[in-house]
Amino acid sequence: MTALDQAQKLKARFGDLIAEPTEFRGEISLKIADAEKIFDVCSFAKTQLGFDYLVDISSVDNYGEDPRWTVVYHLRGLNHGAELRLKTDVSEEKSELPSILGVWRTSNWHEREIYDMMGIRFSGHPDLRRILMWEGYPYFPLRKDFPLAGKPTDLPGVAFTKPAPLEGGPFVTFPSSAGAISREPRARTPEE
Amino acid sequence: MAQVQDIEIRDSAGRVAKAVDDLPDIQGDRMVLNMGPSHPATHGVLRIVLELDGETITKADPDVGYLHRGDEKIAENMTYTQFIPYTDRLDYLSPLANNVAYALAVEKALGIHDKLPPRCQYIRVMCCELARISSHLLGLGAFAMDVGAVTVFLLVFTEREKIYNLAEAASGARLTTTYTRIGGLMRDIPPTWCDQVRQFIKEFTVALAEVEVLLTRNRIWVDRLRDLGHISKEMAIDYALSGPNLRGSGIEWDLRKKQPYLCYKDLEFDIPVGSVGDCYDRYLVRMEEMRQSMRILEQCVNKIPGGAANEIKEPVNIADGKVTLPSKEKVLSSMEELIHQFMIVTEGVNVPPGEVYFGHENPKGELGFYINSQGGGVPYRLKIRAPSFVNLSILGELMPGAMISDVPVILGSLDFVMGESDR
Repeated sequence: MTALDQAQKLKARFGDLIAEPTEFRGEISLKIADAEKIFDVCSFAKTQLGFDYLVDISSVDNYGEDPRWTVVYHLRGLNHGAELRLKTDVSEEKSELPSILGVWRTSNWHEREIYDMMGIRFSGHPDLRRILMWEGYPYFPLRKDFPLAGKPTDLPGVAFTKPAPLEGGPFVTFPSSAGAISREPRARTPEE
Repeated sequence: MAQVQDIEIRDSAGRVAKAVDDLPDIQGDRMVLNMGPSHPATHGVLRIVLELDGETITKADPDVGYLHRGDEKIAENMTYTQFIPYTDRLDYLSPLANNVAYALAVEKALGIHDKLPPRCQYIRVMCCELARISSHLLGLGAFAMDVGAVTVFLLVFTEREKIYNLAEAASGARLTTTYTRIGGLMRDIPPTWCDQVRQFIKEFTVALAEVEVLLTRNRIWVDRLRDLGHISKEMAIDYALSGPNLRGSGIEWDLRKKQPYLCYKDLEFDIPVGSVGDCYDRYLVRMEEMRQSMRILEQCVNKIPGGAANEIKEPVNIADGKVTLPSKEKVLSSMEELIHQFMIVTEGVNVPPGEVYFGHENPKGELGFYINSQGGGVPYRLKIRAPSFVNLSILGELMPGAMISDVPVILGSLDFVMGESDR
């Protein structure tokens, strides 16, 4: 069964919630009108249509448009080999959609990454922390209004330590005609 | 050939469980142990926060992101061609395969991925398979060293050196190869390259057999790997593992077979799968994959269109002035080619609006690129589906119950690389 047939089945089940499938380079995309229903759609696709493998979740920032976010799910059925792309829009004010962690556990880190990079929250995710940036980082760097050069932030203090007493090169000797023992830096006290 | 005898393996996991049961209940706090980000066994900057009950792990929380460089953000700010060098730095143990994966993804967006010249396809396949051997070798060497077999590390590095020499002969660089271009290759392979590959296969067959003798039936190796880090079929699919980790759990899924790209459908090779899904199975799968890669390489050097020296001048680039750079000679003598060159360099290849996802069977698993184009030479959004990132997400489930000395074994058997995971 081709991906298009699967897409039609999904559409038959959910009706107007799912727009007509579009095809580009042999890939089928389906747009889901209501992001709140994403869990039901995914769960149906997994249990009834055999899409047991979630390849990836990505997010797109349609900056300057409304709704601002698009979340993209790539589904694959290992048994029938068909692939399907589900897309759903989320508005900037809401910036939240249901987590599909209950359908595929692999979505755990993908959703954390999207939250980290774009700032879209997933309701029902038990552990929605930053994953690539550090805890306490104030921005969402993949947003289109975030500059490529970055923004200054207060780095957490744990990343820094006091200078070591022999910092500046304990293994560098000074040029001199003195004997090897007195030139040996490790023979000197750190204050010299 | 020597007779292979079955050796009896003690049930180490069972003994551990029994020992834990036999212990009298001691009231005490769990200890939190911070492993990494700079730890020799974590193969890069991976940090794992382990919660320990004695020596048994009760909870593991992997912490990634120490090598995050914002590759996806960078990609949105440059042309498609300019991003190729960044793909070297994803899985830096197999840059050639990353180059091919990325080039194929952009070519799919352009709609030309099945129109590549046959010689280009064969060279790309050889690059991918060399990268697979190289990556598996390093993974295996580091894995064996963590388990205590340092000799293997030295052996495999001698062989990897030869692959680096091959990469250098083809692309001019040993590590950051940047060998592919959109619609072709940076240049054709040198005339002696195929012979060098043949020579490598000959030598590598011997070396691999030597590694095999050192490890596969080795009592210590088997004892430490068997029945450890067991991943069931359901779990592997649920966590969307890919590559040898998925196949080690007994699922026959290889993108080279299931969604054949390049000339893989003309080549004969087998997909090894594991039966149990423990660390030992994943090790065996990787060993067999290297042998299959050699098989593919051998077929490629024999079948490559144009022959080794390419005396009949088979093209390696697509003959489309809007995708690949014209030859310098033509640029300097013809107006049209000059314009094409100027447009490709300044504006990049023009990818029509739309979105594609291309998954490539990389040594570590499925490296996928999701390209969202709004037209023009710059991707609007480029998402990298990194196999190491996805494979690592299973750690929190896999570690609890294992001993602390099992951590390097589990990590080594998953074979990840942080450059790719953190992007």
